[in-house]
Amino acid sequence: MTLLSYDSTFEGFLTVVFEIFEFKYQQPKIIRSNDAQQNLFAEPIEIITDDEKADRVLKKLKGQLEADGIRVLIYAFLSENEGIEDILFDVIQYAIANPAKNILKDFSNDAVLQITQLTKSVGREKHRMEAFIRFELLKDGIYFAKIDPDFDVLTLIIRHFKNRYQDQKWLIYDLRRKYGVYYDLKNIEIITMDLDIKSLGDNKNQVFSDIEIEYQKLWAEYFDHTNIKERKNKKLHLQHVPKRYWKYLTEKKSF
Amino acid sequence: MDYEKLKEKLEILADAAKYDVSCSSSGGNRKNKNKGLGDSSASGICHTYTEDGRCVSLLKILLTNFCIYDCAYCVTRKSNDIKRAAFTVDEVVDLTINFYRRNYIEGLFLSSGIFKNADYTMERLVRVAKKLRLEHNFNGYIHLKSIPGASDELMREAGLYADRLSMNLEIPTESGLKLLAPDKDHQQMIKPMGFVKNELIQYKEESKKYKHVPKFAPAGQSTQVIVGATQENDYQIIQVADHFYNNFNLKRVYYSGYVPISNDTRLPAIGAQVPVVRENRLYQADWLMRFYGFKANEILEKNNPFLDLEVDPKMGWALRNITQFPVIIQNAPLEMILRVPGIGVKSAHKIVHARRFQNLTLEHLKKIGVAINRARYFISVSGDNTHLKFLNALNLKQIILTDIKSKFEKPFDNQTSLLNDVTFLR
Repeated sequence: MTLLSYDSTFEGFLTVVFEIFEFKYQQPKIIRSNDAQQNLFAEPIEIITDDEKADRVLKKLKGQLEADGIRVLIYAFLSENEGIEDILFDVIQYAIANPAKNILKDFSNDAVLQITQLTKSVGREKHRMEAFIRFELLKDGIYFAKIDPDFDVLTLIIRHFKNRYQDQKWLIYDLRRKYGVYYDLKNIEIITMDLDIKSLGDNKNQVFSDIEIEYQKLWAEYFDHTNIKERKNKKLHLQHVPKRYWKYLTEKKSF
Repeated sequence: MDYEKLKEKLEILADAAKYDVSCSSSGGNRKNKNKGLGDSSASGICHTYTEDGRCVSLLKILLTNFCIYDCAYCVTRKSNDIKRAAFTVDEVVDLTINFYRRNYIEGLFLSSGIFKNADYTMERLVRVAKKLRLEHNFNGYIHLKSIPGASDELMREAGLYADRLSMNLEIPTESGLKLLAPDKDHQQMIKPMGFVKNELIQYKEESKKYKHVPKFAPAGQSTQVIVGATQENDYQIIQVADHFYNNFNLKRVYYSGYVPISNDTRLPAIGAQVPVVRENRLYQADWLMRFYGFKANEILEKNNPFLDLEVDPKMGWALRNITQFPVIIQNAPLEMILRVPGIGVKSAHKIVHARRFQNLTLEHLKKIGVAINRARYFISVSGDNTHLKFLNALNLKQIILTDIKSKFEKPFDNQTSLLNDVTFLR
């Protein structure tokens, strides 16, 4: 077994794929360089991310799997699942071995099925973020939302929000991964910062715009009154809005 | 702005609008232009769900619940003793914009009680949409209600600003309507619907010829029928839906189980169960017509006019047409695979792709996402399928029901006992 470590970026992963083929590493196992536990057992070969190599792999795969195939690979990668790199490598190897086919349609292959399912999960989380994010208007005119998604989907939702909100400044911040996306009416910027959410909560009146709370209350009121009591179906409700998403939702707050 | 007053109006006018079950925001294709606000998502987004499990996608309100009509099934009927309120055009615009900016909603669904007359009401609805589009460069979703009897000119203008227009038939049969809403008739509803249909066709024609034809209700039109308020049967409902799908190019027909809101003796009494299972079966039948290639007369026959509440309508069809089975998964055409109980549209397509690579077994199908516990009685696959032997059993339905039940019904679980409650079913 050959242990290969990389910097946890998608480009880094593609570089690893390139090098495995280039140097014919036997039985590769791909790990993240910040994964200390894996590093305990053996000294991994550290692969330095190289955009050019990554590009070559991407191009090759694009020719065979098409744009949607690449999307599937990226989504599965963003699941951050343990061992996802090895599964993706299996799929890539399977693709290279069958150059005439779009093997991502082979749903009877275990690795393909696994990444198909992960892609579905990540896609669902992306969609949930697009649905459940709630912006709050800050005093300085920025619409601010905090998220804590199961998978690293923040980069996937940029386009959606950029198309939608072009005449307001907004910031979406991932609490778990400690980075955010900021739109300043012109450009999108990825920003890394360690936001102290607690202090935000403590200083509510100084942080949020005066009218913010009014619209939150109106929305919560609307939510209550658009419900039909006679049809109450808590099970279905929870199926659609699992409890772990409630923390985002204005309508689930108590005022 | 007086938020307290606004809140009070919102309570009343959201309450009054909630019985309109449509809340879809799909089918729009409006793009954000000139750095404005909003952009349509083609598949629609549910931003939250009410405690009854329904999608909340739009701010769904009435402009006012003052109404000159006295339809027995309607909560805003003239004779009902309830609080009345009316939004101003600016209030609706402000709520829509501010909710949209916070990502609460995809847009606005504006309906109204009818005050003065049809055109007066329709004109107000159009004014809201126009203001959102032209003054606020709002590109989110707008669904306007077509008011029965509204003029062609107003309907044309409505179509310019709205993504979807809808006209609720409410009572599927003319006789039922006569009984419950003597002031209304289907004709005054059908006329604006017909007009919108023709405009949609004309738009399609013109946009083939010219580059910039102004959009006309890109998400089409829809309607709603109330289920269980009068004595109509499922066969009649399905036939009405089919008629409107075919002749009015409707995008959707919604089925709304009647929620008792009145002591009127013509209607089910307050406290009677909402027929949710029946409603669900109707939606399943509707899906079969729209996505699975079923014809209305395959789903129900005149002399057997109710959908089976125990099994879904596709299973019902399969049980009546046993000779069409088993379907051979490896080489059956897509149309037949779609007819197998337990196989959805997505799974059917996956099967057709995957079978090119190898012979599929039950295990493969399970991983693809097929509901094996229903499908296995009707398919022939590679490898073992011991359940196929029941296909010609006389009690096949009972066998399947026991099978499905044992999966969902755990002993000592009183949640699911609901389905065995007779009053709950119809």
